[in-house]
Amino acid sequence: MNPETRTIAVGALTRVEGEGALRVTLSGGVVESVELNIYEPPRFFEAFLRGRAYTEPPDLTARVCGICPVAYQISAANAIEDACGVTVPEELVALRRLLYCGEWIHSHALHIFLLHTPDFLGYPDGISMAKDRPDLIERGLAIKKTGNRLMEQIGGRAIHPINVRLGGFYSVPHKHDLDPLAEMLRRSLDQATDVLQLVAQFEFPDAEFDHELLSLTDGERYPIENGTIKRSTGKPFQVADFSEHVVETQVKHSTALHATLDGQRYLTGPLARYSLNSAALSPVAREAAAAAGLGAQCRNPFRSILVRAVEVIYAIEESLRIIAEYERPARPFVDVPARAGIGHGVSEAPRGLLYHRYEIGDDNLIRSATIVPPTAQNQAAIEHEMAELVETNLAVDDAMLTSLCEKAIRNHDPCISCSAHFLTLTVDRK
Amino acid sequence: MSTPTLAVWKFASCDGCQLTLLDCEDELLTLASQVRIATFLEASSAIVDGPYDVSLVEGSITTAADERRIKEIREQSRTLVTIGACATAGGIQALRNFADVDEFASVVYAKPEYIDTLATSTPAAAHVEVDYQLQGCPIDRGQLLETLAALLVGRKPRLPAKTVCTECKLRGVTCVVVAEGIPCLGPVTHAGCGALCPTYHRGCYGCFGPAATPNTAALIPVLRRDGIPADGVDRVFSTFNVANFAAERNDT
Repeated sequence: MNPETRTIAVGALTRVEGEGALRVTLSGGVVESVELNIYEPPRFFEAFLRGRAYTEPPDLTARVCGICPVAYQISAANAIEDACGVTVPEELVALRRLLYCGEWIHSHALHIFLLHTPDFLGYPDGISMAKDRPDLIERGLAIKKTGNRLMEQIGGRAIHPINVRLGGFYSVPHKHDLDPLAEMLRRSLDQATDVLQLVAQFEFPDAEFDHELLSLTDGERYPIENGTIKRSTGKPFQVADFSEHVVETQVKHSTALHATLDGQRYLTGPLARYSLNSAALSPVAREAAAAAGLGAQCRNPFRSILVRAVEVIYAIEESLRIIAEYERPARPFVDVPARAGIGHGVSEAPRGLLYHRYEIGDDNLIRSATIVPPTAQNQAAIEHEMAELVETNLAVDDAMLTSLCEKAIRNHDPCISCSAHFLTLTVDRK
Repeated sequence: MSTPTLAVWKFASCDGCQLTLLDCEDELLTLASQVRIATFLEASSAIVDGPYDVSLVEGSITTAADERRIKEIREQSRTLVTIGACATAGGIQALRNFADVDEFASVVYAKPEYIDTLATSTPAAAHVEVDYQLQGCPIDRGQLLETLAALLVGRKPRLPAKTVCTECKLRGVTCVVVAEGIPCLGPVTHAGCGALCPTYHRGCYGCFGPAATPNTAALIPVLRRDGIPADGVDRVFSTFNVANFAAERNDT
């Protein structure tokens, strides 16, 4: 067989949320095309949201993703509150941030320990690692549990929380309800700090990419539940102008739309968020990042596991701060009377910036809805990374190359359920 | 006796119900010592061929390829358990069953001709025989563990077919309808969540789908009295279990 015309086909890409495939075509040692093929069947959220009551998108869009439902609930609420001209009081925003911290802790812990760590240590999954590395898996599960308990306390349950509504919550906790959580969070802060030191000893391939970075920024605080848009090179813009800069186009090989930023590929998610906002981390999280060998920026996606671990530490500390300052709000929500018009909402899902836009009609029903999830935004950047990785590793055999691509995709914790609205890997060497 | 095998499968869904298994932080490692997790793409790169003792199926059938795949999974599975509103009722994506799917595709996609989808979103039971089903959007972690534990020891899972209303009374929660006139679907909704919403001062919104013989004809006047507008009644039943509520309602 001519080595110039090898074809590699891999079964399903695993340890990602959703269904997809990757096809790399090589011709004479040059990458001809890379297609991240998302075949997750579409569920048509933006179509069936039309004609729904303006109060419904937080509950309905939560069902886009079981891993990050709070992101959907909060971006949707932010957008509709914007359309209706309502500002949610600070103490209720703080409670939203607390719930969202729970989602970051649970979602990042899931990815770090059960999905990503096995790539560095050579196991098929987190569960089979447990016997050899209880120091990682048992602590990882304990951290994940803390995130879930936080979501259950504030949101009612960890998957598709029931307590979020326009204007705030259905009910708000008493201060004493939060004491046991604070105890769990303090234990998990130690666990997360210890685990970051272990993860920092993994071997990371050298790979840096020059994507433009896009994330929210939120003044003195690390961005979570809201913010304004920040980017690494281009001019910042208002959330309301999002659709002028970020354009989604459809490609034949994917049920997820591809987004570009001013016509170019770009990256959102932990690397972008960290690189644009590391100065806003808490002192403990900043020290932990420095001890793990992270600078003010991180452009190596293989090291995103470190960034996620730093964000877990931050989210735990932030939760403890919010709980310490918590005074039970007099009312669990403010009224959000319907108003015809257009609203935009953003927040930082664990996987990156999540944008929602709704148009509300005179009949208080949704006239149109647009949802731009993080993984759709990252598709072009992921395809670019695969092309570069394949070109710089042409000498390695097909099995190694396939494994490298799979790991490199997992670096981005792609949530395909979100973006399609999984992955088979095929490398064609012509 | 050899270690029983467990497979977890995904169709059109949000991944939340299979995540419920990974959310069993205290029980996951114990469970993994009792069963062999043979196929679980979201969690593991190790894929073992069937047959399987137990298959958990998440998601609804929305493509021709998935119609074939669910039949293959059935053939490979001794016990098949559907998990969640998508797998048991078609999910929220079954809203297409009551609309024009081509029009839906044209709203989301510039080139709808690239999209391969069926006009309907249907539960696994519409295609194959299902042994047990766990309702809910998402399923309840306790019910999942109860079901797996029961299947491990060879007894039937305890999945009571009562209503959320019954669970609420048992829990001693003040009725949000009687005390405050908050619209609540508890009287017609399948139990399993432990009456979560009323404990958070919210009316049940039906995410576990219809209970057996839901008396919607009696409930709707109460919903109307408590402020649900005429055009809102259909919406409250048209969410994650839209197809099952449409089939079971006795008011239409």
